[in-house]
Amino acid sequence: MSDKKQVMVFIEHSEKKIANVSLELICEAGQLAEKLDADVVAVAPGYDMKEELASLGHYGCKTVYYINDKRLAHFTSNPYAKSIINLIKTQQPEIVLFGATETGRDVAPRIASALKCGLTADCTELQIGEHKVKSQIYENVFLGIRPAFGGNIMATIVTPESHPSMATVRPGVMKMNPPDTSLKADVSEVESGLSDEDFITEVIEVVRREKTVNLGAAQLIVAAGAGAADPNTLGLVRKLANTIGAELGASRPLVDSGLLGHDHQVGQTGTTVRPNLYIACGISGQIQHRAGMAESQRIIAINSDPDAPIFNIAHYGIVGNLNEVIPKMINAYKDKA
Amino acid sequence: MGLKMIVMVKQVPDTHNITGDAMKPDGTVNRSKLPAIINPEDLNALEEAISIKERIGGHITVITMGPKKAVEVLKECLYRGADDVILVSDRKFAGADTLATAYTLKFTIEKIGHFDLILCGRQAIDGDTAQVGPQVAEKLGINQISNLLEVLEISEKEITVRHSITDGYEVARSPLPLLVTVSSEANQPRSPSAKRVMIYKNIDKKDDGVEDNLIQANGPGLVQKITEWDADFIGADPAICGLAGSPTKVKKVENVVLAVNDIQQIPPTEAGISGLIHDLMNDHII
Ligand SMILES: Cc1cc2nc3c(=O)[nH]c(=O)nc-3n(C[C@H](O)[C@H](O)[C@H](O)COP(=O)(O)OP(=O)(O)OC[C@H]3O[C@@H](n4cnc5c(N)ncnc54)[C@H](O)[C@@H]3O)c2cc1C
Ligand SMILES: Nc1ncnc2c1ncn2[C@@H]1O[C@H](COP(=O)(O)O)[C@@H](O)[C@H]1O
Repeated sequence: MSDKKQVMVFIEHSEKKIANVSLELICEAGQLAEKLDADVVAVAPGYDMKEELASLGHYGCKTVYYINDKRLAHFTSNPYAKSIINLIKTQQPEIVLFGATETGRDVAPRIASALKCGLTADCTELQIGEHKVKSQIYENVFLGIRPAFGGNIMATIVTPESHPSMATVRPGVMKMNPPDTSLKADVSEVESGLSDEDFITEVIEVVRREKTVNLGAAQLIVAAGAGAADPNTLGLVRKLANTIGAELGASRPLVDSGLLGHDHQVGQTGTTVRPNLYIACGISGQIQHRAGMAESQRIIAINSDPDAPIFNIAHYGIVGNLNEVIPKMINAYKDKA
Repeated sequence: MGLKMIVMVKQVPDTHNITGDAMKPDGTVNRSKLPAIINPEDLNALEEAISIKERIGGHITVITMGPKKAVEVLKECLYRGADDVILVSDRKFAGADTLATAYTLKFTIEKIGHFDLILCGRQAIDGDTAQVGPQVAEKLGINQISNLLEVLEISEKEITVRHSITDGYEVARSPLPLLVTVSSEANQPRSPSAKRVMIYKNIDKKDDGVEDNLIQANGPGLVQKITEWDADFIGADPAICGLAGSPTKVKKVENVVLAVNDIQQIPPTEAGISGLIHDLMNDHII
């Protein structure tokens, strides 16, 4: 156990590539660590990844506890959980963060259960603060902030008696700092302490699906809502996106109805985006959608209903019919380009 | 013979269909106005259990931890094909977070005794945590597989499934016993059977808190009553159940208010739109 406090991040990877969410969490852990006067550290079960892990230093990670074992090359629940539990017991970090991905949401509860500690799911904001219960004051506790009740409210969850406090954090929400390639993390190899009996699940085949769009990184997004669900209007929205070189986003009804893949969905249960420009076409602006795009630099809303809530957060509002407005936009762009 | 299966279901407020009158004037949710439903993905878990039973035979016990009125979701499960249902209810369980819930369910399952496969929903729509399944698996010391999409092969010894992972899917095999969490993509839950509704609609407990006041269902070889277990009966330590056993506390709850921007109205005319596009191009945004 180190004499300095530690904020720990679980490193998720596939085929030796570290997931973006893990990098985002290293950056975010930096903010928390500063307030606690702690180090940012990482825990990475895996195999043959020493160099990749050292690059976590670019984002501010001081030490990577690398649980190096050939059998850990690919994720399965039990051995990953067990080896991380052992490490948490020896290092006793203050906080442990996981991406709220399939992997993170599978392994984190298993670990929290074994350590009997609190786990806040799907956070969108993390803070260090004070918590009072009657006369008792807890200083510098971890606050996990997350949407609840279908996104209609935001709840702040504390786990003041829990050592460590744990959370899963939504991908794409925390900002990734530009890497400083002069910094390298110290990679400290740890024994997994696992026996063959711990490897219960046998993985037979892995099929990775290439993302059809990468909204998280897009600078320009044109998004279609239920107001653009008919083929004609959706075609126009697509054309606008192609014309200005934007990615195509969508609200949930378009994804649920099968018109567009889930990779296109923006919002609480889709991708969180913060492009330079977001054009919302026929999107009413329900809270769950806004949660995923309200931080866009500029928002243009096109909607035939002047009272649509999307206009509350838009910088430019066009009240009108998509079928008339979009062709005008395309023409204006072509005229000027 | 066949498989001994346990399906965990939860009664939840229907947060996906929040209507105007479920919102209070201050913008917060009025839980009592939301209809209570069976958590959607728990129906997928039950459906998966029923289709496994159809494939290789077995017995399905549905359990729920909740208030007395959660008996409603158990009836719903009987209508759809559960063989046996258990309500685990006690004031001592109130205020449970996922860890305390997992403890209670673990004690319940141990009380049931032998099982081969536990199925639960991927996540519940009231908390969206997706934690209880993996936590129950850990507490029972058994293996888990999350986000089941399809059962490819199943025997009394092992199961081969397709399940979703962070950026795709995976085919994996595990010996039994195992806990799986089932996602909505796995199947289309069947509707209640009219015949089963007829049999079970009167199976109920009178809501007067008297343990044995049961209206018996008719029909030979069928469940005669809805079993109800309390903390003492399952041997649950009150210190680790309910609020007392919950490490997570809600510090505060706020309405979601997003910053209102100063909006510039653009008339939907050629001139208006062309001006906007022009500005965006000048600013090198597009
Ligand atoms: C737990 C939960 C999670 C959710 N997650 C998400 C999420 O991640 N992302 C998401 O988007 N939603 C999500 N939702 C759904 C969300 O609540 C809304 O239902 C959804 O965002 C509405 O999509 P919409 O604005 O496209 O459709 P609607 O609300 O139906 O709005 C369509 C709009 O189009 C306008 N319109 C119609 N025709 C035209 C036309 N010809 N020209 C111009 N305007 C027109 C209408 O005036 C209307 O404002 C979630 C819901 C829940 C409960
Ligand atoms: N009180 C409960 N009783 C029975 N099963 C539950 C309960 N709470 C959660 N579960 C199961 O665990 C799954 C995940 O729940 P959650 O962790 O709350 O998202 C649910 O879909 C249910 O199958």
